[in-house]
Amino acid sequence: MAANDTWKLGNKEFSSRFILGSGKFRLDLVRAAVEDAGAEIVTLAVRRANTGQEDSILDAIPSGVTLLPNTSGARTAEEAVRIARLARELGCGDLVKVEVIRDTKYLLPDNAETVRATELLAADGFTVLPYMYPDLNVARDLVSAGAAAVMPLGAPIGSNKGLVTRDFIRILIEEIDLPVIVDAGIGRPSQACEAMEMGAAAVMANTAVATAGDIRLMARAFGQAVEAGRAAYLAGLGRVLETGEASSPLTGFLEEEGR
Amino acid sequence: MAEPTQTEPLQAEKRPAAACAAPADVASALRAGTVTTADLPREPVGTRAYRLTELAPEALDAAIHTDRALDPLTFLPDMDDLGGGMFDRVLDAAEAYDPDAVTAADVRRVLAADTVGPEDFGVLLAPAAAPFLEQMAERAQRERVRWFGTNVQFFTPLYLANYCENRCVYCGFNCESGIRRAQLDESEIIAELDAIAATGQEEILLLTGEDPVRSSVDYIARACELAAERFRTVGVEIYPANVADYARLRAAGVDYVTVFQETYDPARYGKLHLRGRKRIMPYRFEAQERALRGGMRGVAFAPLLGLADFRRDALACGLHAWEIQRAYPAAEISFSCPRMRPAAGAVTPGGPHVSEAQLLQVVCAYRIFMPFAGLTVSSRESARFRDHVATITATKVSAGVSTGVGEHTHQADEGDDQFEIADTRDLPTMCVAMREMGLEPVMNDHVLV
Repeated sequence: MAANDTWKLGNKEFSSRFILGSGKFRLDLVRAAVEDAGAEIVTLAVRRANTGQEDSILDAIPSGVTLLPNTSGARTAEEAVRIARLARELGCGDLVKVEVIRDTKYLLPDNAETVRATELLAADGFTVLPYMYPDLNVARDLVSAGAAAVMPLGAPIGSNKGLVTRDFIRILIEEIDLPVIVDAGIGRPSQACEAMEMGAAAVMANTAVATAGDIRLMARAFGQAVEAGRAAYLAGLGRVLETGEASSPLTGFLEEEGR
Repeated sequence: MAEPTQTEPLQAEKRPAAACAAPADVASALRAGTVTTADLPREPVGTRAYRLTELAPEALDAAIHTDRALDPLTFLPDMDDLGGGMFDRVLDAAEAYDPDAVTAADVRRVLAADTVGPEDFGVLLAPAAAPFLEQMAERAQRERVRWFGTNVQFFTPLYLANYCENRCVYCGFNCESGIRRAQLDESEIIAELDAIAATGQEEILLLTGEDPVRSSVDYIARACELAAERFRTVGVEIYPANVADYARLRAAGVDYVTVFQETYDPARYGKLHLRGRKRIMPYRFEAQERALRGGMRGVAFAPLLGLADFRRDALACGLHAWEIQRAYPAAEISFSCPRMRPAAGAVTPGGPHVSEAQLLQVVCAYRIFMPFAGLTVSSRESARFRDHVATITATKVSAGVSTGVGEHTHQADEGDDQFEIADTRDLPTMCVAMREMGLEPVMNDHVLV
């Protein structure tokens, strides 16, 4: 892989394309998983970023790793804005993943409110990464609203079902000029690899690592799968043929002209 | 249990409606037990419930404070009724449920299915599912980890008062129990809150007995404001209130509302709740919906297992929560799983005892049916049970619990406890225990916005 294969969020540059969620871990395992996966970005629920708690998740994140606070718990754009500002006050900087969810059963993002939140936060100077249901029109609206990337879901959060929305994510990758980060539902390294082969800028996982039998080993497997998928994308995937290749049975007649 | 000897006015529609007499006459007739509110002018709310169309304040007061003077299925004039048919649907489903008709084949089918719908939930609660408890626990644990990871949330309850207008025959706080009564004043509330906050807790549940005069909405709202200044999450477990009252408490910083239905069996409900506004069953049933309309983030549900057929009660509770989630998809749903425990001043109902294995079956069924819902296991249960259930299905536990009034600081005239607790561990001890079980203690998972 090219040594300078980096990517940017706002003005920050990253070489790892695996983003690790932290919400379902024991704190003592977060640090190990981050290191084993080679992750440079770790998400953090602001609602969990306790001030005053003796074992803060903030202390569990290795230094040099970028925290990506999310607005989980927000049900409206205004609530997302308030949580993002709280993250800024906590010292998390201007990077924020917008999550606006008003469905507790499937945790599906509310695209319309997400666009509004993105607009408000971008205007307030945040580098906004909206979590979204992969809809091309909404993705375009997010671009107009000032998003720094889009984060379409592969499947419902925590479902480990993989790239259920692959065809729609593929459209976003083709049509949207921002980085496309596949966010939720990735259950195995092979699925993360596939997303990267498709041209995703990065992949995020949480449950798949947190619920593995050996968390550290799975973290490493994800890191490697994301690298492999990225390399395959850069290399240009070989063609896939459904049948054997016949010699121009339909157009061969053109060669017969004049015989 | 001491069963009431009088005939209950449960089939109230069969009684002749008395002409509405002068208020004083109605009040004395209600006190004398010669009429109940079922005899007064009413209009139907759905098929099971009614609402009183008129009742003078004096008669209302007499009815509230007299055993069996209130019809359990008739809303009082000052109570919001929401209609919508949820009460009818849930009670009809619970009545139609036949746990003994479920077979092992049914259980295998449900456990193999991807999702468990409301029609499958009863299968998991049936006696036929008991031999599958290990498989149920395995599936429950997978769902618990998928939705909540290894997190386990902590909270502690604070009893503000134990005055109560109700007469629930099984409860130590009931109005005739003769226990020591107490109510914290503002300085005592502050002292108790500070004492609890100093232990590191960040979530608090404020409780009162159900006396809306002594523990008024104003009084509770003030306590909530004080709590919200010191805790990141504030819940209340108080008497059911109207939508406007919940909106008021929301503005005072409350995030969630817990109301235990006790039992979803209307005949049993009327026999166990003799007096007070609590006697009005559909008003209690609609409390969670009113709380959500008042802007609350979350609501919690529970029957008190052991008051009636626990399988039917657990079924109704799950369906109740399921209906609420369908109607209010943003609401955070949670369950509690109280079992009958002995209490001072209460009659032990002598209902069918719910064993630990049966309780585990219920809480695994809740998890499999509504995997995203929170589940609290209270200190009524033993440390051994709580530690293990937290790894399988429970997501929230209390620590440092006292169910008396003023016991965190021992400064007020302390009131007696509501029930005996089995797990008396403090917060640090609980945190160590949960870590040993492979769980991560979380003091707060919420930001109030």
